[in-house]
Amino acid sequence: MLLEVKNLKKYFPVGHKQILRAVDDVSFFVEEGETVGLVGESGCGKTTLGRTLIGLYKPTDGQVLFQGKDITRLNRKEAFALTKDMQMIFQDPYASLNPRMTVADIIAEGLDLHKMYRGAARQKRIYELLQLVGMLPEQANRFPHEFSGGQRQRVGIARALAVEPKLIICDEPISALDVSIQAQVINLLHDLQKELHLTYLFIAHDLAMVEHISNRIGVMYLGSMMEFAPSHELMQHPMHPYTCALLSAVPFADPDASRARPRIKLQGDVPSPVSIMQGCKFQTRCPYCTEACKKTMPPMREVTPGHFVACYHDEALQVTQTERKDTHAC
Amino acid sequence: MMSEKQPLLKIDELRISFNTYAGKVQAVRGVSLTLHAGEVLAMVGESGCGKSVTAQSILQLNPVPPTVVEGGSITLEGKDLLKYSDAEMRKIRGHEISMIFQDPMTSLNPTTRVGKQITEAILKHQKVSRKEAYSRAVDMLRMVGLSNPEQRMRQYPHEFSGGMRQRAMIAMALVCNPKILIADEPTTALDVTIQSQIVDLLLDLRQKLGTAILIITHDMGVVADIADRVAVMYAGVVVEQGSVRDLFYHPRHPYTWGLLDSIPKLDHSDEPLIPIQGTPPDLLNPPKGCPFAARCDYCMAVCHDHLPEETEAGEGHTVRCWLQHEFAPHVNNRFEREDK
Repeated sequence: MLLEVKNLKKYFPVGHKQILRAVDDVSFFVEEGETVGLVGESGCGKTTLGRTLIGLYKPTDGQVLFQGKDITRLNRKEAFALTKDMQMIFQDPYASLNPRMTVADIIAEGLDLHKMYRGAARQKRIYELLQLVGMLPEQANRFPHEFSGGQRQRVGIARALAVEPKLIICDEPISALDVSIQAQVINLLHDLQKELHLTYLFIAHDLAMVEHISNRIGVMYLGSMMEFAPSHELMQHPMHPYTCALLSAVPFADPDASRARPRIKLQGDVPSPVSIMQGCKFQTRCPYCTEACKKTMPPMREVTPGHFVACYHDEALQVTQTERKDTHAC
Repeated sequence: MMSEKQPLLKIDELRISFNTYAGKVQAVRGVSLTLHAGEVLAMVGESGCGKSVTAQSILQLNPVPPTVVEGGSITLEGKDLLKYSDAEMRKIRGHEISMIFQDPMTSLNPTTRVGKQITEAILKHQKVSRKEAYSRAVDMLRMVGLSNPEQRMRQYPHEFSGGMRQRAMIAMALVCNPKILIADEPTTALDVTIQSQIVDLLLDLRQKLGTAILIITHDMGVVADIADRVAVMYAGVVVEQGSVRDLFYHPRHPYTWGLLDSIPKLDHSDEPLIPIQGTPPDLLNPPKGCPFAARCDYCMAVCHDHLPEETEAGEGHTVRCWLQHEFAPHVNNRFEREDK
């Protein structure tokens, strides 16, 4: 197991003695060489979770085990050493590259800091990385503004790969790109994973893309993990009412089938993460909500092997599931 | 049957360019579209393909300078909108044609109560009392699905969630019962569950009010759900136009194929995506021939030198591609499907 997250919490004080629970008691794990997707709507805490894992935020409570070692309480030296093993790719390829640095310097920054590939090997490594992400060596001395969004995201990927990390956290790496370019970047990430044996934590809100690239998917809602399962299993047998609603909301590129798909319409809006709520986070919008749900947050249970759900009512959902399976086979 | 009727809005050979320091950017290069009453027309394409510029030019929202309308016409029920003065356009905007935008936060005034912003639109265009305007605004808010409309009228935009703001924007746009609603990426900034609510709302309002909708999006899923007809744009040109079934079940243009290929299918297969290689052309110096030639798998010699004409591929289905020519080699169309 490469990464294990145990009861991770990240709270932000927001004034007036109020606390925003961005990540609230999240547990999951990532095996070596696989891709784990994190999906959820805006404000569900998926980005905060990613940033807390890599150490950009200090967790309020809980453990993050990377190769069996807790990385939440590291001193500066250890934390720096960890950046060699964990890297991040950011959402906005326009904001995440320093406009005053050349592509070569951006890519080599990590190499220089970790004193890897010194001297003549540095240049060779930069060219190698550029070729790896499908760019030309002669583009090394250009500046970020000379590139399109897709190419900039390639530079961001090359920068992350430079220090030979084991785990890459991809925080919405494609949502700022055009459809045809998204596919290029997804295929690149996929090829690199095979070639370099990388592990990805892929954070995104585009369910179809996440399903395409991930081996397993975690669904988050209001700071909590609601369901965690292999991606095919999650798509075909979603158990949590929220996952079912989320999946039924995604349109697909087939007018007849998309218009005929069964829909689960959620009432109301996502409650504020600042308000303190007893019990299940989804209770205000859940059609299956009972008294038990209002008392305590349902714990994560392994319902079928590898399929974890935080809901008391998965038995009730078995029915809707079979319906869904029939109609969804398009 | 639709095509026999007089179209509500007709855009003919529209050409728009921007004068920049680097030269003239030819953003729209001969776009022709028609929108019939009560119809939903979707314009799809990647950023920079000219879809927003085309839509905004209908209401003359592009700043002048640098925008120059080089040619063509936009006719609303026989009236040429391009000849209208600013004062005349103000009577069209919000009254006959309304527009909603991608980001509902930046298009609402943060310092004014939502109710006032909506009644303002009514009072501007119609001779009604304040009381009448107020009650109409409340009705409209109820119609777009906001609970407690009386209370919502007194609130400010920051008290609304993203989905509620977009609903308020739609209420504001439709309160004068316009003939056309232009929706520029109305769901892009919203989460999927909210997105599907807004799509349902737009379809529901179209049913109730009979408003024609011109929707701009890059999400093929949204297009499949909402559109009656679709126009695919690329580098300032409409490359394919047809009914939503034509586009998804009988697409003819290689760019449309590329768009459909680059989105993951929900059939749980692990087949890699097929991206379109390369990037769109620079519209400072648009290519002489077909703009897609450089990225097209089926490119022929003729494609580089001559822009193909729009050819009919079926009733109301036009394609701008040399593959449609009788001398062109036959290409196996993977997307061709039987109608259900």
